[in-house]
Amino acid sequence: MAVRGREGISNQAEQVVRRHGLATRLWHWINVVAVFTLIGSGLTIFNAHPRLYWGSYGANFDPAWLEIDDRAGGSEGFLRIGGIEVETTGFLGVFEKDGSTRTRAFPHYLTIPANYSLADGRRYHLFAAWVFGLSGLVYVIVSLLNGHARRALLPRRAELRPRHLWQEVKDHARLRFPKGDAARSYNSLQKLSYLVVIFGLLPLMVLTGLGMSPNMNAAWPWILDMFGGRQSARSVHFICATLIGAFIIVHLLMVIAAGPVREIRSMITGRLRIDREETV
Amino acid sequence: MSPSDIPRRQLLAGIGAGLALSGCERIGSTAPAQSLFDATDGFSRGAMRLVTNRSALAREYEEADMSPRFRANGSREPQGAEWQAHRATGFRDWRLTIGGLVARPLSLSLDQLRQMPRRVQITRHDCVEGWSAIGKWHGVPLRLILDLAGANERTRYVLFRCADEIGGVPYYETIDMVEALHPQTILAYGMNDALLPVPHGAPLRLRSERQLGYKHAKFVMGIEAIDSFANIAGGKGGYWEDRSDYDWWAGI
Repeated sequence: MAVRGREGISNQAEQVVRRHGLATRLWHWINVVAVFTLIGSGLTIFNAHPRLYWGSYGANFDPAWLEIDDRAGGSEGFLRIGGIEVETTGFLGVFEKDGSTRTRAFPHYLTIPANYSLADGRRYHLFAAWVFGLSGLVYVIVSLLNGHARRALLPRRAELRPRHLWQEVKDHARLRFPKGDAARSYNSLQKLSYLVVIFGLLPLMVLTGLGMSPNMNAAWPWILDMFGGRQSARSVHFICATLIGAFIIVHLLMVIAAGPVREIRSMITGRLRIDREETV
Repeated sequence: MSPSDIPRRQLLAGIGAGLALSGCERIGSTAPAQSLFDATDGFSRGAMRLVTNRSALAREYEEADMSPRFRANGSREPQGAEWQAHRATGFRDWRLTIGGLVARPLSLSLDQLRQMPRRVQITRHDCVEGWSAIGKWHGVPLRLILDLAGANERTRYVLFRCADEIGGVPYYETIDMVEALHPQTILAYGMNDALLPVPHGAPLRLRSERQLGYKHAKFVMGIEAIDSFANIAGGKGGYWEDRSDYDWWAGI
């Protein structure tokens, strides 16, 4: 109730605060391009062999835990995960392009390049991977050294109390966003998801990516052992990419809900216009 | 409506969508982008060799780890008359020719190759498509053959000429000396305790264990020590490199 009461007055006054540092803004926009390219070209590479395995080896004669394929003479597409099979005709396995039916796992509008080329997909992927990996390495090291990661991302003890987290989940679900001073920093759900992505998923993508390189397998076999074999590394690479895709979708929905112009502007200029919180 | 009438927000959204959909591919197919991609391959090779041990051995597995069935890929059987004739006679008169920048050009029979010191290794084969299979390979280290022929110091690459053709174009591959002199780089005449089967490249194939499958030339007829591959076939150092711009260095 108090929150609603505050909203009424707060709209009358705005205040501009410095929200995002230069390093964060640069890294964000580098990642927009690099991750977009990595996901699209990654789907092209997946299309070359749309089956995932656990262990060291895995090919057509071996059991796959995930597969996307077509059957019935290319008229029916399906996705199978373990024992669960879903018909996906029109989207996965079988889809239409330029008026004709195509039988590939992921459709042309999700892949880079749109016309299937494993060689080109790999070239986009490996170039973007260097941009992503090197800029990520620099950002992670800098933000650990200058305390940005600790100050902006590490949740305070009080924020981790179940009651507090539950309140935030409820606020998020109702699209009720922090105002005033609370909008100057990330809330705990944001902190936790950014921590998981930046220090969990992104390093895992790099490690599992390197874990698929036969040259790196010889040089650093500990990566193979860490994931339980090259095909397991490939599976984990795909799972983490899916989680990053989910993160991006939620992130974009939240930006839209919170006011896209204001949010995008703050990620470009660093300054965020927030509603002034009147003292109660 | 003049461009200035378009609301700025719409324009930005349009630019964004354009970049995302068509732009990306148009940028990617330009000459600067292609040379950037070519440079990336060299950069990956250089960076990895800089931070890792360049003579590190690929992992060798146990018999129990082997794939129950090893998938064959690419050409399964050369159609050329010469190879077919050799096959019909059990490769009795087949010879591996070794030439190029060598002191002593050689011509070795399968028996002569089998009498040389052999290496047996159970390794993982990784196809560029993403699948892997583990198999056992029996062969002679390429280094021994290069030593025997006396490859000179100008040699920078080793070229493998193959009997198989895809769409009328002969298959070939090249590797550099870091891979050529690597102890696990062998010319294999045996697989899984038997003679090398036809779909896997009989009578002789290359194993370059730290690179993807398309580098592992099958149906090898001749090898040459060379200092450049710029004037060979399409000039990119291999059949798939010429045909579809697969990266020459296939270590990743």
